[in-house]
Amino acid sequence: MPKVTVDGQEIQVPDGATVLQACELAGKEIPRFCYHERLSIAGNCRMCLVEVKPGPPKPQASCALPATEGQEIRTDTEMVKTAREGVMEFLLINHPLDCPICDQGGECDLQDQSMAYGRGATRYEENKRAVTEKYMGPLIKTVMTRCIHCTRCVRFSEEIAGVDEIGAVGRGEDMEITTYLEQAAEHELSANVIDLCPVGALTSRPYAFEARPWELKKTLSIDVSDAVGANIRLDSRGREVMRALPRINDDVNEEWISDKARYQVDGLSKRRLDTVFMRKRGKLQAASWDEAFKAIARAKPGKDIAAIAGDMVDCETMFAAKALLKACGSNLIEGRQTGMDYDVSNLAAVNFNSTFAGIETADAILIVGSHIRWEAPLVNVRIRKAVKRGAKVFVIGSRWDTTYPAEFLGEDLSVLSKLPKEAAEAFKGAERPAIVMGGAALAKGALGAGLAFAETYGLAKDGWNGFNVLHFSAARMGGLMLGFAQKGGMKDIAAAKPKVVISLGADEMDFEPFADALKVYIGHHGDRGAHAADIILPGASYAEKDGTYVNTEGRVQFAEKAVFAPGDAREDWTILRALADALKVEVGFDSFAQLQAAMIAEVPALGEEGLADYGALPKADAKTMAEGTISAYPIKDFYLTNPIARASAVMQQCSSELLGSGELAEAAE
Amino acid sequence: MADRSPAPDTPELRERWGAFEFTESYRAKADKAIARYPEGRQRSAVMPLLDLAQRQVGEETDTQGWLPLPVIEYVADYLDMPVIRVLEVATFYFMYNLKPVGKYHVQVCGTTPCMLRGSDGLFETCKQRGMKKGHVSEDGLWTLTEVECMGNCATAPMVQINDDNYEDLTPERLDGILDALAKGESPKTGTQEPGRHTSEPANALSSLPEMVDANHDYRKDW
Repeated sequence: MPKVTVDGQEIQVPDGATVLQACELAGKEIPRFCYHERLSIAGNCRMCLVEVKPGPPKPQASCALPATEGQEIRTDTEMVKTAREGVMEFLLINHPLDCPICDQGGECDLQDQSMAYGRGATRYEENKRAVTEKYMGPLIKTVMTRCIHCTRCVRFSEEIAGVDEIGAVGRGEDMEITTYLEQAAEHELSANVIDLCPVGALTSRPYAFEARPWELKKTLSIDVSDAVGANIRLDSRGREVMRALPRINDDVNEEWISDKARYQVDGLSKRRLDTVFMRKRGKLQAASWDEAFKAIARAKPGKDIAAIAGDMVDCETMFAAKALLKACGSNLIEGRQTGMDYDVSNLAAVNFNSTFAGIETADAILIVGSHIRWEAPLVNVRIRKAVKRGAKVFVIGSRWDTTYPAEFLGEDLSVLSKLPKEAAEAFKGAERPAIVMGGAALAKGALGAGLAFAETYGLAKDGWNGFNVLHFSAARMGGLMLGFAQKGGMKDIAAAKPKVVISLGADEMDFEPFADALKVYIGHHGDRGAHAADIILPGASYAEKDGTYVNTEGRVQFAEKAVFAPGDAREDWTILRALADALKVEVGFDSFAQLQAAMIAEVPALGEEGLADYGALPKADAKTMAEGTISAYPIKDFYLTNPIARASAVMQQCSSELLGSGELAEAAE
Repeated sequence: MADRSPAPDTPELRERWGAFEFTESYRAKADKAIARYPEGRQRSAVMPLLDLAQRQVGEETDTQGWLPLPVIEYVADYLDMPVIRVLEVATFYFMYNLKPVGKYHVQVCGTTPCMLRGSDGLFETCKQRGMKKGHVSEDGLWTLTEVECMGNCATAPMVQINDDNYEDLTPERLDGILDALAKGESPKTGTQEPGRHTSEPANALSSLPEMVDANHDYRKDW
């Protein structure tokens, strides 16, 4: 722990800290462009110059200088001030002064720092250089004349994303940042370079010229496009969500989000269900709330009523549905729409127990039936970090492009019970072994075999639980905590032959077995579920209601309402509350607060933000063998996994352009 | 300054170079270059490999050689590294030609010492022979490039043609060299000054005269 002096203030800094970090610890702001906490140190912008003694009598780049015992660091001298002004002047030589037409304006590091540390006016009268725009795909808009060559984007794609696509060609005075032959950046995290870019060189293409940052209302929310529960900020103007940005949460998403989380938001205003529909003579026609509720009451469901939760609903909606069904005398609730029926008697067995931050420290990881890059891109980032620290990764399942060295052990699930020698040795020798079971493995009933594997190789021990199940539905863990699971899954629901089926935004379910039932769809997008429904009650999306979500590691998080739902749409719980009146039953809550209180009373863990405690792993039957092969993964198209994304023009464009899934489809109404 | 952008990616380029592969002798050299680095660090050999690829292209086209995009991709593939990283290297070093060049790549130094010693005359000579900066002459023999200091200031002005330096040039001497090359001869490389061997002083010794016979400590004279 070296002791250094920053502007006369003596502080202790951790070993290995840089001078810049020491200054930060002392509460001094050091301007910087190329330095970023989560990327390697480049030291090429020179903005972070400070004066350091002992050392040469000249300003030094603090980001690349280790803090050592007895250093005297000054950030407030005349030399530092003029050095910063000089660097800023050089940076601005080739930077256009086009802030009024630049999308970064108002949230631009260069703009802010030139105000704080630059000279008042320019002395430069020569020509500026101009650089042609580079195509980087449908998400990233480039204005490369503005680039100051900090190389954050290059380092991000190489180090974090693991897809070396962006580079700096023509190094020297003609350096340009580009992708190879201006191909689109093709990975799930590509748009994070937009946040990283300290200037307006890389900006958001879908959001181009849409709004200024100061016009936007910022709402703290949780992403529902996968089960990671990335912390996001929804920026809205009026009734429209303009964009989603990541919030920093080291336990969940660090400061990245997937492209889907970021860009599906334009789907929030397309294909929306904004009025009640009823099927009359085979055709869906607009109706009133009253008519719809009367029709449901006429069906006289009694206790023959079922509720299927979709992938993006919040816990409150699910609890309201459960309360309604309970009041009717039914317990036909299910969230695993696609028919999975794994055992949920112990939630620790279906949870991501090592936590996302924990999986970084694993030293041997077995991925079973999960295309992690698509099912949870941010978990893939964590596993890449683990690999960089020396972890070995093995995969059972069909091949996909890993962003780290991984050994594929074939598609046959029986490998789980008898690993090849090399893999078995890696797990025996591992201190923190881990397994990640994906949806494809659960669907094949491999959960038991996974638990047996966990027992064989001692995955759960003191201070470490390496047994992980990776879901990809934001509602899954919350649903399981609320009991949205039948023993036989959807089959049990179908076998009970309910008279009324309520689909809470469930679009992936098979409506075939419920042909005779009255199908009520409470959701926000005119997607598969709405097409099959007899009655459509327009609900609110995740941006339009407060709600609790539980991510796949069992982390309870609250999201806030950013905007109002369009048209006649209502928050889902109010619809279910009104439905209770129509069915003449008591659910016991009249307000959101009462609903939440009732939910927390039933499942206390949902009332506390943070990891829920599911206890220890169940005892496994060591003889359980997995059968079958994993030749495909449930996600066929990363960009179109949920109704919001399917409605989003940006996601459709990404899908057709980046995954080449054919021509851009016309929006089907 | 020369244009450092790669030749456009056209179907013709792909057709001509898409199937590029090291010949056996080049493959041996490439593998030898890779073997200089530890296991798993094979991408350190990117520079020698690009050079070898350029030379092979040169042999195939009877020019100094250049690096078409498919060849750059081949090298990336050979070293199992992202192609953008190879392109970064190729666009940085001037010794890699990114556009087709002639049989003789005439690189005239135009930096201050050479300029003071008459490099303008050398450019004039080249111009009179029909060379144009950055272009291949019509007969396919010459490409003229103006380069920055090549480190031969003691024997300025100088010209580098393919792998050889020609120093102490005058327009007439350069003309002679170019004539000889055009005829397929190999003119004497290095200094062209009669009586001079390398970069030793051209006339009588003007500095450090005491150092001729033995080492001499000049510090007391300072």
